[in-house]
Amino acid sequence: MLTLTHFLTLGAILFSLSVTGIFLNRKNVIILLMCIELMLLAVNMNFVAFSRFLGNLDGQVFVFFILTVAAAEAAIGLAILVVLFRNRQTINVAELDDLKG
Amino acid sequence: MPIYEIVFYVFSSVMLAGAVGVITVRNPVYAALCLVLTFFSASAIWMLLEAEFLAIILIVVYVGAVMVLFLFVVMMLDINVAPLKEGFIRYLPVGIVVALLMAAELLVLIWSKGRFEAGAYPLPAPNPAEFSNTKAVGEWLFTHYLLAFEVAGIVLLVAIIAAVALTLRHRTGGHRQDPSMQVRVQRDERVRLVKMKPEPRQGS
Amino acid sequence: MSLKMILLLIPLLPLAAAAVAGLLRNQVGRAGAHWVAILGVGISFFLSAYVLYLQVYGGLETQNLSVYTWMVSDGIRFEIGFLIDHLSALMMTVVTFVSFMVHIYTIGYMADDPGYQRFFSYIALFTFSMLMLVMSNNFLQLFFGWEAVGLVSYLLIGFWFKRESAIAAGLKAFLVNRVGDFGFLLGIAAILYCFGSMDYYEVFGQARSIEGETVSIIGGFEWQWITVICICLFIGAMGKSAQAPLHVWLPDSMEGPTPISALIHAATMVTAGIFMVARMSPLFELSDAALSFVMLIGAVTALSMGLVGIVQNDIKRVIAYSTLSQLGYMTVALGVSAYSAAIFHLMTHAFFKALLFLGAGSVIIALHHQQDMRFMGGLRKQMPVTWITAWIGTLALIGFPFMSGFYSKDAIIEAVHASTRFGSGVAYWAVLLGVLITSFYSFRLLYLTFHGQPRYRVDVGAGDHPPDGVLQHTPHESPLVVTVPLILLAIPSIVIGYMTIEPVLFGGWLSDSITILPQNDSVAAVGHHFHGPMAMATHALSTAPFWLMIGGFVLATFIYQFRPAVADQLQQKMPRLHRILENKFYFDEFYQKVFVSRVINIGNGLWKKADAGLIDGVLVNGSARLMGNLSERIRLWQSGFLFQYAFAMIVGLISMIAIWVMLK
Repeated sequence: MLTLTHFLTLGAILFSLSVTGIFLNRKNVIILLMCIELMLLAVNMNFVAFSRFLGNLDGQVFVFFILTVAAAEAAIGLAILVVLFRNRQTINVAELDDLKG
Repeated sequence: MPIYEIVFYVFSSVMLAGAVGVITVRNPVYAALCLVLTFFSASAIWMLLEAEFLAIILIVVYVGAVMVLFLFVVMMLDINVAPLKEGFIRYLPVGIVVALLMAAELLVLIWSKGRFEAGAYPLPAPNPAEFSNTKAVGEWLFTHYLLAFEVAGIVLLVAIIAAVALTLRHRTGGHRQDPSMQVRVQRDERVRLVKMKPEPRQGS
Repeated sequence: MSLKMILLLIPLLPLAAAAVAGLLRNQVGRAGAHWVAILGVGISFFLSAYVLYLQVYGGLETQNLSVYTWMVSDGIRFEIGFLIDHLSALMMTVVTFVSFMVHIYTIGYMADDPGYQRFFSYIALFTFSMLMLVMSNNFLQLFFGWEAVGLVSYLLIGFWFKRESAIAAGLKAFLVNRVGDFGFLLGIAAILYCFGSMDYYEVFGQARSIEGETVSIIGGFEWQWITVICICLFIGAMGKSAQAPLHVWLPDSMEGPTPISALIHAATMVTAGIFMVARMSPLFELSDAALSFVMLIGAVTALSMGLVGIVQNDIKRVIAYSTLSQLGYMTVALGVSAYSAAIFHLMTHAFFKALLFLGAGSVIIALHHQQDMRFMGGLRKQMPVTWITAWIGTLALIGFPFMSGFYSKDAIIEAVHASTRFGSGVAYWAVLLGVLITSFYSFRLLYLTFHGQPRYRVDVGAGDHPPDGVLQHTPHESPLVVTVPLILLAIPSIVIGYMTIEPVLFGGWLSDSITILPQNDSVAAVGHHFHGPMAMATHALSTAPFWLMIGGFVLATFIYQFRPAVADQLQQKMPRLHRILENKFYFDEFYQKVFVSRVINIGNGLWKKADAGLIDGVLVNGSARLMGNLSERIRLWQSGFLFQYAFAMIVGLISMIAIWVMLK
């Protein structure tokens, strides 16, 4: 018997995994961006599940917008990455410490 | 119905495996492909939740456009794969601890007091066969959320311009035309009348 | 000019003179400074004498005026006011007269001192402070004057501030006075607590109301309130009037110039304590225990200080110890409830002691600041006026019949004899023996200084600071500005006793100011045998003090005039006794070891550890250092690494969620 809890659990685990990925990944900025996409996926999962169980389409509309914004953000993030690579010749996060205090 | 559970468990395991793969594989191309796998599984689950429109959109837009973009960039950047995975093992314990902590918190919240169990949120009856999710979403979108829709469009426009502006490189040395300058040109900058004495013809 | 205006001018003129001489010292110059001061104090003297005249002949009654109400707080009035009765008029006249003489004398004594104007400013300021003290009608103003004279005394003792010993002496005087002042302040606080007022008449009126009430201090002993009050007040007098054990500052105060030794440490400041106890007689009369204490302290001082004076070589120190001894006499008189005798002796002593000090000063400047009597001798030929006035002063001091000192001193001795208070027997023997000792050291001084062969030689080429026993110029008599005050002081030293003993002691002239319970009235007991000053003087031949005085004279003449070697032989035969006397009963060493070294250690500890170490190091610098360390550590968190920032964010998020979960 599928309940809301199952889907929410799935979303939670996905979210934790992506968070792990963000700080375990020390070497590659692209992986970082991918983990962000995963996070957004987890959130979308929650929205869709709630939308179904509450019988309300608002959740799905919101997912629509999240997808839009995620796409825009991925594009810009990758553009920044490209420019960064042009200037630094590396995407190794450990070497990107110019903001060091 | 058991088929729902089976479908759910199969696809969610695949999704989680893919997510773990994103984090752990060496090659960023492989990581991107694992992410694609994850999205596909998510799409299947959304179909289970009768969000067909979104499921297809996920694949068409997300996998088809965003992940392809990712793969473009990954392959464009000449990355030295080997040294990238150093230090991973060293920080693994801490990472796992934090992840478990986070997961534990979220799960405690979700499971506590049977908040989201079947009693509070019963599964509604499935929609009839001719019910079009797309149409319903469309109606909802273009009436109640029209403003948000238009704004989303502008956001995308801004994203395009930003992405182009960020990565634009002017090629040095090439000729370019600037029409606005061409139109603003004055006669004095182009023509200069000089008075000269006539010169006698040489020769005859 | 109204009486109130006159009374206001009396203290304010010296104050104005002090301000002008001190603050405008460059503008007015040396002559301007001394003229201003002399005018100020001189007019003040004439006005005081006028007030006294009005009281004696004009029948002026007691004035109790309030000049200015400073503040009223919680029902207590803090005022400036004048209480002018016979006692205060007497004190005012004595103070201004001696001050006037000293001011004139200073022109000659400090003629070549760079701090000329400053000196005049200080002594005029002192006159103001002392006047405020004696004219006061409430305890607060009394305390103000008390502290002010202590301050000016400190300034004057350390007048030659480039001299290490002078600075140390000034500090010693101030600190020992402070100990006394602490007791005084406790007394005033107790008065405020018991009576709720600081006005004299209000307190005196209510004095009987606390009779029998006790308070528990120190270890559960029950003390009478009135005894506590009186003893605390007397501790202040002990400090100011240099009674043992708080007497140690007076000999050291001889570091200051001689005019101030005459003014402050003979005639006026040290008498403030005596005056205060006499003024507070309505309180002291109610406490037999306190008066016995007063008497015994006075007796101890009178005897022991006289003994120390015998072995001193510095001319000023001899006179200083003599002053201490005479103050002891006055204190004993207070202790046997013979307040009028104490005040009478105060007055006569002011004149002859100032005379002796100024005479010593005359000798000192003639010998170009040589103060050691072992290098004097035979000066009567070169300095006749000084010699004769010194003899007059000495005769007055030892109590030769008809001189003023005779009347006052013998009155005290007889009053002590007549008293039946606890301890009066011991006191009687002490003051009696003191007569012998006083006579001895006084004649010793005269003989060593003015008689015998000169123990110095004159060497014209000796330079500016010749060694002991060598002088550049032959000594000669001092100028008029020095000798005229000597003569003017010699006159009352002779006559004032004869003239005023009857009204002051037995005529009840001071009865408005002094309260004596009938059973304690020792002066009245003496008065039964009094048949006039002439009779008293001729009767003296049959009393013990006269013969003791003669005995001292004979002894001193024998040793110092005829057989000087005997003095050294005696010293060798009794070395321990001589050493004890020479070290002044080891009071200074005791204080140094027990109190001073400990206090200095505490001060050093507080300075190095508490102030520099704790406050500067830990609190001020330490907090700065702490912030620096903390920031250095926190700075490392800004690594620039994206994953670390993300990690931090996530940890923060998890914590917040955890807190939220737990709160729910």
